[in-house]
Amino acid sequence: MLTLAHYLILAAILFATGIAGILFNRKNLITLLMSIELVLLAVNTNFIAFSHYLQSMAGQVFVFFILTVAAAESAIGLAILVALFRNRKSIHVDDISTLKG
Amino acid sequence: MEFKTFVFYFLAMTLIYAAARVVTLRNPVHAALHLVLAFFSASGVWMLLEAEFLAVALVFVYVGSVAVLFLFVVMMFDVGADHLREGFRKNLPVAALVASLMLIEMGCTLWLRFSTSAERALPHAGAGYSNVKVVGRLLFTQYAYPFELASVVLLTGVVAAVALTLRGRRAGRSANPSEQTLVNPRDRIRVVEMRLDRPGAENDLKGGE
Repeated sequence: MLTLAHYLILAAILFATGIAGILFNRKNLITLLMSIELVLLAVNTNFIAFSHYLQSMAGQVFVFFILTVAAAESAIGLAILVALFRNRKSIHVDDISTLKG
Repeated sequence: MEFKTFVFYFLAMTLIYAAARVVTLRNPVHAALHLVLAFFSASGVWMLLEAEFLAVALVFVYVGSVAVLFLFVVMMFDVGADHLREGFRKNLPVAALVASLMLIEMGCTLWLRFSTSAERALPHAGAGYSNVKVVGRLLFTQYAYPFELASVVLLTGVVAAVALTLRGRRAGRSANPSEQTLVNPRDRIRVVEMRLDRPGAENDLKGGE
């Protein structure tokens, strides 16, 4: 018997994996973006699980908007990455320190 | 064990395996491919939760465009993967500690609160029930204004991505109409007064008239 907790804990594991990925791939911008996608996927799974178990469609509509924003975010993030690589010939985080105070 | 439970555990294990590989793999191309697998399994989980429209949209939007975009960028860079991994071993214990603490906290809270909330059948779930229709009706009535705003967000994304990666103007051979209309005759032709050197030149001029 599947309860709401099954789905929520699955999403929690996914979220923790994404956060761990952000923490230990701090030098690689591409893997950082992929970890952010994993975190967003976990949040979306939570929304859909609650939407199903509380029988409210608002959660699914919200996931639709999160998908929109996440797609735009990853497109702009990768465009910034391309521009950075063209100017600096590197995507190492340490090379991008112009704004360091 | 119920078949649905089996499917859930299978999808969940695939999802967790793929997510773990995304963040630990050395090669970014393999990581992007595992991201595709993670999205696909998550789409299956959403299908179990009867969110059919979003499950299909996840496959279309993420597997079809975002993951391919990642692959495209990763292959375009052709970065040496090794120097990007320095500090991986150093960060590993702290990151694993933080993540597992977070996971334990969330797991305890969620299990205590939600392990008893069993599934209820949707009240209007009949043979003619369509998830796509319900979501579409909500999007175009109650959430019409946010829907328009989402389109503005996407448009901004498109414009920003193009503006960021455009390499400046090409030196093309096309004409520029605004410069053409602003041209003065004096910029093009200059009338030069010249002294007449040859004797009898005045007669030539007169004869020409």
